[in-house]
Amino acid sequence: MRQTIKSLAVLAVAGTAAFAAAPAVADDGPTLKAVKERGEVLCGVHQGRYGFAIADSQGKWKGLDVDFCRAVAAAVLGDSEKVKYMPLGSVQRFPALQSGEVDMLSRTTTITLTRDSALGLNFGPPTFYTGTGFMVRKSIGATKVDDLAGAAVCVFPGSTTEKNIAALFASKKMDYKPVVIESSKQLVGAYMSGRCDVLAMDQAGLPGHQQFDASNPADHMIIPGVYSKEPLGVGVRAGDDQWFDIIKWVTHVTFNAEEWGISSKNVDEMKASNDINIQRLLGVKGDLGAKLGLDKEWAYRVVKQVGNYGEIYDSNWGPPLNLERGINELWTKGGLMYGFPMK
Amino acid sequence: MNDQATPEVVAGGSKRTAPPPIERIPVLRWVRENLVSTPFNAAVTAICLIGLIYFLPGFIEWALFDAVFVTSDHKVCRAAEGACWAVVGEKHRPMFFGVYPYEEHWRLIIAVLIYISAIVITMMPKFWSYRILVPAWIFTLVSTLTLMWGGFLGLAEVDTSQWGGLPLTMILFSGTLVIGFPLAILLALGRQSNMPAVKAVCVVFIESLRGVPLITILFVAVNVFPLFLPQGLEFDKLLRVVVGMAIFFACYEAEVIRGGLQAISKGQYEAAEALGLGYWHIMIRIILPQALRICLPGIVNHIIAAFKNTSFVLIIGLFDILTATTAVMQDPEWRRFTLEAYLCVGLVYFMFCYALSKYSQLVERWLSEGKRF
Repeated sequence: MRQTIKSLAVLAVAGTAAFAAAPAVADDGPTLKAVKERGEVLCGVHQGRYGFAIADSQGKWKGLDVDFCRAVAAAVLGDSEKVKYMPLGSVQRFPALQSGEVDMLSRTTTITLTRDSALGLNFGPPTFYTGTGFMVRKSIGATKVDDLAGAAVCVFPGSTTEKNIAALFASKKMDYKPVVIESSKQLVGAYMSGRCDVLAMDQAGLPGHQQFDASNPADHMIIPGVYSKEPLGVGVRAGDDQWFDIIKWVTHVTFNAEEWGISSKNVDEMKASNDINIQRLLGVKGDLGAKLGLDKEWAYRVVKQVGNYGEIYDSNWGPPLNLERGINELWTKGGLMYGFPMK
Repeated sequence: MNDQATPEVVAGGSKRTAPPPIERIPVLRWVRENLVSTPFNAAVTAICLIGLIYFLPGFIEWALFDAVFVTSDHKVCRAAEGACWAVVGEKHRPMFFGVYPYEEHWRLIIAVLIYISAIVITMMPKFWSYRILVPAWIFTLVSTLTLMWGGFLGLAEVDTSQWGGLPLTMILFSGTLVIGFPLAILLALGRQSNMPAVKAVCVVFIESLRGVPLITILFVAVNVFPLFLPQGLEFDKLLRVVVGMAIFFACYEAEVIRGGLQAISKGQYEAAEALGLGYWHIMIRIILPQALRICLPGIVNHIIAAFKNTSFVLIIGLFDILTATTAVMQDPEWRRFTLEAYLCVGLVYFMFCYALSKYSQLVERWLSEGKRF
């Protein structure tokens, strides 16, 4: 039945659409159609946060969030460079997505129930797990959170981190002295100058401060563990299931490719693999792409042009930061990154 | 203090007797007249001197002697005691040009040069004629926009969302003036109008928009306005922002101009009417030239404010020179040296604003000398 409808629809548009040659055009939802007509993915990103989205010395966008924009462009348009980046503030990001100014929001956005439901959004699988972390001066002799009773803690005011710490210390029945400072530069400066014993913030930011803002990085240590849940994912408008599916499965491509050992370097050789999973993924067998309204090579291009999840992670969080993967490891290595079956 | 009966008294301070020989040396005379003329002045001078002696050597040491001027290695800067001006060399491209494609930056440099030349020409009275300025500005607008947009003549197309840095600041500023200033004059005239409907519209427009912060207007222009438009109809985001800023500027400037209009004596209006001139003739030929002359300092004041207001686009994701610098300085290897980068951007703002204010003083002097253009 579905096939019949599809072929009828193909006939219907064949005369008008210039690109009707692609068999899946008939299935195009509004967003996919708009993206293909425009020839560009409009992607909302952070205005400047190292590791997630930042313009480098040549003004080129780089970062983990940016790489997921590129992956979608590679899958849908065949070229990872066909992205128009829209830097968005944290207040402005949701209206920008709702009003259609961007096709996807890849901007350090924590997935929450309210955002998913009341804001009318849908979120792909988390692309990065983070949460509150603590950095301490080694001289105070603390190695775990339980040692921090009575400590002065530097934290952003009004942030989720501030609430998380209050809850964490209350649950452990420990006292602490919050030192709240709005600007990130001054907050880090206050910690470095000794106004507080502990620097509490999003864990992904801590290694950078240790290595690049401390006068002697060896004087500081990051307490192991993450003390709140901040799963970051790509958001899209609710109501366009096909586009949502594309975002979701492009993300899973990066996870699965890493798990199956496919990287941007060996993807061409991997096409000859005997593994049926790899054959399906790279479009050697089956028609996974067509089910999403894409061509056969969609996933191949994601891996070839952008890379698997491990490559994406390393290119953004590797040197000079060398952030440990932690829970962002594959599930097979004790992390949370779990690619769904692609069949 | 107001005793200016004879020039000798002013020049020689309070003493009327023959000036002591020391005052024949111009420098010492200047010091005496300007720095230590009264006990209060002397005290202020002393405090400033102590402050300078206390802070200046440290600053010079930091900014000059211990500073690193050229290096592409952040470790060299970290090892140095002083300022790291090398950060400007390392990051100047994204600071000044934002995320505009790197290979195309030469287009921006040419565009900025053309634009600045056009402004310099416009500021010189000897070029003040329609025959020169109108073609010059048409050429400037067409050539700079062609250079920035591209899309033909073999130039790659660059979308407005990628425009950034200094050119963006200049576009926002000139767009605000070009749209806002005529609108301000119309609003000011409308508010003085005898027609109740026109007057009411202008009053409501001015008062309601003056009552909200610029940030609100920008937010509405960027995020709320598109929600009202039918699907498929889109205005460029940059255009929406410029129009929003221009309207905001116009509301304030209209009130300044109204002040000038009210300062014109009624006799001027009546005399013009007695000559049988129409409304627009009276305004353009007689009233506005005098009114604008009166309120010139206020007008320039708001123009300078408008230049600095361009940095508000931070909240709507446009990379003007300040936002671009903030974003670029997130780089962990260089972010210790954010202060140096900001000082550089501050210098750019200062040069523009100082030039504007100096120029307006010059124009005021021309006007007070009764110079005709």
